[in-house]
Amino acid sequence: MRSKTFGSFAEAVADIPDGSVIGIGGFAAPGTPYNLLKALREQGAKRLTCVGNTTGGAHQPRMPDIASLVENGQVTKVIASFTAATRPTDVLPFTKYYESGEVEAELVPQGTLAERMRAAGAGIPAFYTPTAVGTELAEGRETRVFNGREMLLEYALPLDYAFIRAHRADASGNLVFRLTQRNFCPLMAMAAKTCIVEVEEPILPAGALDPDQVHTAGIFVQRMVVVPPAPEGIWAVRRQERAK
Amino acid sequence: MSGTEKGWNRQQMADRLSEKFEDGWLVNLGVGIPTLCSNTDLGGREITYHSENGLIGYGPVLPAGQEDLHLVNAGGQNVSLKPDSVTVNHADSFAIIRSGRIDVTVMGAYEVAANGDFANWKVAGQKGGGIGGAMDLAACAKRVFIILEHVTRKGAPRLVPACSLPVTARGVVTLVATNYGLFAPTGHGFRVVELAPGMSFEEVRAATGAPLES
Repeated sequence: MRSKTFGSFAEAVADIPDGSVIGIGGFAAPGTPYNLLKALREQGAKRLTCVGNTTGGAHQPRMPDIASLVENGQVTKVIASFTAATRPTDVLPFTKYYESGEVEAELVPQGTLAERMRAAGAGIPAFYTPTAVGTELAEGRETRVFNGREMLLEYALPLDYAFIRAHRADASGNLVFRLTQRNFCPLMAMAAKTCIVEVEEPILPAGALDPDQVHTAGIFVQRMVVVPPAPEGIWAVRRQERAK
Repeated sequence: MSGTEKGWNRQQMADRLSEKFEDGWLVNLGVGIPTLCSNTDLGGREITYHSENGLIGYGPVLPAGQEDLHLVNAGGQNVSLKPDSVTVNHADSFAIIRSGRIDVTVMGAYEVAANGDFANWKVAGQKGGGIGGAMDLAACAKRVFIILEHVTRKGAPRLVPACSLPVTARGVVTLVATNYGLFAPTGHGFRVVELAPGMSFEEVRAATGAPLES
């Protein structure tokens, strides 16, 4: 079997073409593929559609995020559950690009976003959900009543690539996440044609992980890179004050 | 707000809503004032907090130096584990929400309407907004409690006859805590469940956009 382990982040993202749809895992810091985001910024692919929970927060220190690709002129469209912060006084780095019309955004409720990728990974083209019924998001869209309750039709969201971060992996690409690192990562892995993982611990030999403890099966993983120690590799740091 | 002689401060608002949590409930707390509910002394009641990023059962935010950077709540705060804590992926976390297993979700809002509609994802004139998990939670939790200041900084009422901002969900709010008291939407107005100390019915009525019912 061809090795799934790549020697560098640059090699792992080298062939990503312009126009790709890329899912970026993570919720706050845990699961966020900082090193792959940085490598993609250096690689320079353009006209990307980026899918993630957020485009990156208003916190300091600034970490690689979808907004950093937007700032670099690489992104045409963002699909996320936030285009602005929960607190109107927090200004996201992304917001001005969206407000000026430089980037398009599709705002999707978080659970619907997760389920759209789960559906894509499971071979399900569409589903109905009660979320967002009666809101601006549902205007002009197909609804249907099930068991007396109005439901909104939502379509699967397939990805060309998934960028995710896991704690542990074996040579077959079987993944283990730690605590809240899991979030969107397993769903994006399944929704993508090519899933690229940054792994926090050295890759284990095949058979070293207990099959009953694997969160994402290696069948859904194509490429892996081990995160080197800081400062060469990027690791989560404690949040500081919000940016003004 | 702290130190005011009239009305409730934010922690007191959160405490009043937390008093309504029943033993054994699964509770989701939104970002902002609702997180203060986790400071409330629950007495003997066992409450499990659900965080939509896939964390079921968590304890207090840890002080600097003691946090685990792999463990955050929905607000990105580094919380602590409890003995029965468990983590799941995002699809499973929202399966818990969508299937109606959340007993109550407590959220902040800009406006709440007399018919139980509320708005909390988009301010006036904004392009886009911040939805997060709010629409899933609002549509699917068994109960929706809202916690907000009774009036805006400019003094305009936040308890209104109909939402002027785009709604998060329709007809779902059953209980509202403000700095002026505890209120229940009735369809036509708001019924006073409890007035905060020092607040008169007349005073609250003047600050409420929809009819106030005793």
